[in-house]
Amino acid sequence: MEPLIEMKEISKNFGGVKALENVNLTIYPGEVHCLAGENGCGKSTLIKVLSGVHTPDHGEIFINKKRYKRLHTQESIQEGIQVIYQDFSVFPNLTVKENLAMGYEMSNNKKLVNWKLFEKIAKQALETIDVDIDINEKVENLSVADKQLIAIARSLLFNARLIVMDEPTTALTDKEVQSLFNVISNLKRKGISILFVSHKLEEIFTIAERATILRNGKNVTEQLISELDTNQLIYHMTGREIKETTYESEFNENQKPLLKLKNFGLKYMFADVNLEIYPGDIVGVTGTLGSGRTELAEAIFGIAASDSGTMEINGEEAKIKNPRQAVKRKIVYVPEDRLTKGLILEQSIERNIIISTVENLLKKFRLISDNKVKNSVDYWIKNLGIVAKFPKRNVSVLSGGNQQKVVLSKWLASEPDILILNSPTVGVDIGSKEEIHEVIKEQARKGMGVILISDDIPELKQNCNKIVTMDKGKVISIDHISEYAMSR
Amino acid sequence: MSNPLHVNEDKKQGRFNLNKDFIDKYGDLTLLFFIMISVFAIMAIINPNVFLSQGMMLSIANQFPILGLLTLAMMFAMVSGGIDLSVVSTANLSAIMASIIMVQYIPADASAGVTTLYILLSIVCALLVGCVAGLFNGILVSVVGIPAIIVTLGTMQLYMGIALVLTKGKSIVGLPTIVSEVGAGTLFGIPFPLIIFIMFVIFSYFVLNLRDYGLKLQMTGSNPTASKFSGINVTSITIKAYVISGLLAAVAGLLMTAATNAAKADFGTTYLLQAILVAVMGGVNPYGGRGKVAGVVMAVITMQILSSGLGMLQVSNFFKDFMWGTVLIIVLLANLFYNKKISKLS
Amino acid sequence: MKRILKTNEFYITIVLVLLIFYIGSQNSTFFSINNWFDLIRSGIVPGIFVIGTLLVLISGGIDVSFPAIAAFSMYTTTSIITSLDFDVPVIFAFVIGALIGLFLGFINSIFIAFLKLPTLIVTLGTASIYSGFLLTFIDDGQITRLPEAMTNLSKTRIFEITTDYGTIGIPVVFLITVAIAVLGWFLLKYTMIGRSIYALGGDEVSAERMGISSVKIKVFVYCFVGTLAGIAGVIHTIMTRNSNASDLLGGELLIIAAVVLGGARITGGHGTIYGSLIALLLILIIQNSLILLGIPSYWQRFVIGALILIGTGLSAIQVKRSLEKRNPIMTE
Repeated sequence: MEPLIEMKEISKNFGGVKALENVNLTIYPGEVHCLAGENGCGKSTLIKVLSGVHTPDHGEIFINKKRYKRLHTQESIQEGIQVIYQDFSVFPNLTVKENLAMGYEMSNNKKLVNWKLFEKIAKQALETIDVDIDINEKVENLSVADKQLIAIARSLLFNARLIVMDEPTTALTDKEVQSLFNVISNLKRKGISILFVSHKLEEIFTIAERATILRNGKNVTEQLISELDTNQLIYHMTGREIKETTYESEFNENQKPLLKLKNFGLKYMFADVNLEIYPGDIVGVTGTLGSGRTELAEAIFGIAASDSGTMEINGEEAKIKNPRQAVKRKIVYVPEDRLTKGLILEQSIERNIIISTVENLLKKFRLISDNKVKNSVDYWIKNLGIVAKFPKRNVSVLSGGNQQKVVLSKWLASEPDILILNSPTVGVDIGSKEEIHEVIKEQARKGMGVILISDDIPELKQNCNKIVTMDKGKVISIDHISEYAMSR
Repeated sequence: MSNPLHVNEDKKQGRFNLNKDFIDKYGDLTLLFFIMISVFAIMAIINPNVFLSQGMMLSIANQFPILGLLTLAMMFAMVSGGIDLSVVSTANLSAIMASIIMVQYIPADASAGVTTLYILLSIVCALLVGCVAGLFNGILVSVVGIPAIIVTLGTMQLYMGIALVLTKGKSIVGLPTIVSEVGAGTLFGIPFPLIIFIMFVIFSYFVLNLRDYGLKLQMTGSNPTASKFSGINVTSITIKAYVISGLLAAVAGLLMTAATNAAKADFGTTYLLQAILVAVMGGVNPYGGRGKVAGVVMAVITMQILSSGLGMLQVSNFFKDFMWGTVLIIVLLANLFYNKKISKLS
Repeated sequence: MKRILKTNEFYITIVLVLLIFYIGSQNSTFFSINNWFDLIRSGIVPGIFVIGTLLVLISGGIDVSFPAIAAFSMYTTTSIITSLDFDVPVIFAFVIGALIGLFLGFINSIFIAFLKLPTLIVTLGTASIYSGFLLTFIDDGQITRLPEAMTNLSKTRIFEITTDYGTIGIPVVFLITVAIAVLGWFLLKYTMIGRSIYALGGDEVSAERMGISSVKIKVFVYCFVGTLAGIAGVIHTIMTRNSNASDLLGGELLIIAAVVLGGARITGGHGTIYGSLIALLLILIIQNSLILLGIPSYWQRFVIGALILIGTGLSAIQVKRSLEKRNPIMTE
């Protein structure tokens, strides 16, 4: 069969940093192709070259044998390439029909709006993926899954031959992922190719037929999925074998739990969670994004306080209504979204490190002591190996790994008893990832209780002594790591 | 590491580090400082006899404290990530409260001591009104969740409305003479308004740049969500910023009353836009999170020198408006290019 | 139906209707033709401003320079025509006024669209520049002698009727405001560029990805506002039969308040012509007719301020509630 798309020897530099180096990608008509790799490996740059957002420095692109040195956005669309971005690129303030029809009509160079036609286009678009959404509803009132369906339906209007889905399952529940996969199968039957960009192994094995794997901006391999197994795939993505290390708590279980949740719940979000965290525990929590795991963590931390059940801290019943109370009770939380919730990007590295402990760094009259600040900052930069020459620079100049270490040091400085981490190694390079794991284990060995939320199962297997699985707002299993390994 | 070359390297690194830190900390302030000095120099060269006279200096020192206080008030709101369009209304409302007490409640035959007591009471009342006005703004912004610009647009009307209702639209006159005497007086040769201004500059500097509250306010202004996730009580931090803003506005209102010996609901409405302009010139980030008291002080002095100097040249008031706008746009552009350069450096 | 119940426009309309009937029931002069002609007359210039401001707010920006632009174009236009010293048709005045407004709006858009500077601060700056420049370099006086064509137009009225007090009517320039409102409505509802303004205000990144040029749209918006302000300036001269620059300055915040009250959000992406005009009418009635209830005029500001806070406060609470209910994980 002739390939639909061939990208050959694509290179792209950003100010001296090689984002892509001689990368090849071949996609055949009607195949579900997976572009896999860790965050920062060049996946999104490659997509942007294909969609015409970035101009490659070197290389060529063939679409149906037609050669392009570079693609313009409009050319890419005309060649039938449609990208569905992670955030779906929908307009919350506009109605469904407008979200669906507007781009299409614009590409037809229409100057006026024909609302009847908009309606027709919208209905037709929704029919192609066989879903029923009120086209007069504003998109801001829709669920995340519906927003994604709209993004998919919209892309199909353009006689798409290739639909690129950038991490499409990030915000979906299990059920929604299933229906997304059904949609993908339908598209495939119609002869439309899918480029599925992901770093989640389960999904890759479920849906994709072939995979191109990138690492550090270079091709690692291109293989049929049926020829790969989990370990090989991980090896290709990370460049390392899975170390079969495990973590065991060195504390015996006869002592008081640091944190005890009894029938802990929050309306509409999760219910009846029973969980005990002992000193030295690293408890992994897994489940899809709609499983309630983030909501559970945020309820413990007081972002959206729980409204049923009880919580005991060190054997004492406690109510935590806001993060401040949580921090006072020595419970801290590293949120999953580092850039908007974990860090204050416009402020300095120094300030981001001391923000939650500044009250300990005062001198007379509650003035901030520059000396104490400097000592604290220097200590944490050294202790966690943060590569930051200028602590007064904005934290935004740091790499993902170093940024995450800043978030960690902010909390470790407050000497917490319970450390909750939500996907702490997403978008972090391998080196830093292992360092972060080491820091977590070291803290646990000293008696801290850790809750580690992740959908990276190998990460949990290597670092946790217990694993909690959540689904649809309920805990469905709590396994000791040895039992967990057996059950999977 | 015993290699002497390494030591050398480290030293170099150290010096380099210092420079970078200096630029990071004071870069924007040095620019302002030079602008201030050059404006002063230009005016001094154009007409040294008039400009450098004691009268001119005194008139400058008497004039900028009101705008300066309103700008500090604006700064706190802007650093918190919002804006306070109600500063002038708050100032007038506070001044009117004080004036009402002074005009209506002081017995005609009161002794000097009693009068002073009443004046002190009226000052406390005015400051309280300012704080309450700020509190109301802060609650609407951070608890109810209305954008700050809308809240303060509304309260600007509301507070001016209350002031109009209280005064039936007329100005309050007939204040005790001691008010204007103090207002025009000096202490150790320094005009009274300037002393008040310096006091509140020190206050603002403490609160915003030295104490933990200021750090938290700046963090909240940059990113309220991340600040909440860092355990900061964003609601109370924001409310406090507006209370401080209201307090500073009230002080400005009292100075306005002292200067004019009267109070009126719509005094000084042109100050509002000027306060925003000066704050931005002084390096306050209109998107929140950044602001330095020193920058604001230099900006307000610069603008006053410019304005008084132009007055000396007998240009019309409107030309001053023109200059203000031009300077603002130039500062915006200068910041834009400066920031671009800085980001290239790192 | 449910959707209508959620809109600000709906509530504002109800408040307006209730207010009209209440004032009318207390004082029948409110329903007199005279009073309504007055109301309409006072809304001619603000009506145009409101439409321009609405566009800016929808695009996610804010513009406080339109009164300065209006004053600038008003004065410059009359000066140009007077100095030409020959009879030109009145349309000429509107064209010059519009062009001047367009040019000043374009200057705004250079800073806002190309250099991406914050809109409020930029327009604050340009507003002082425009009005300062006008009053310093052009003249600081007033023009009392209008060109003949403009004077003639100022005397032209529609719906002229004779009452006990003499002949009253609505100035013919009211039709221009109506035309601009219809144009604005058509632009926002039925043109791609109008919908692009909404899209841009809703999500700028997504708009760019869809192929909407944010620079082009912003240039269009600020030029459009400038042009409207230019025309409004000329209308103001014609209506008051003289050019006094300081008449117009200072009204910008009330206009913005009206648009916000009418449902536009300062964060962009929302707002309708109908809502803005209804809210403007509400404010005009409060300004002109509260007095008919025996409420002294110095209550106006208080009422307007309270109205803004209650209106925006209620919708802020509504938004908060709907955010909380969104995306439940568990059903029951």
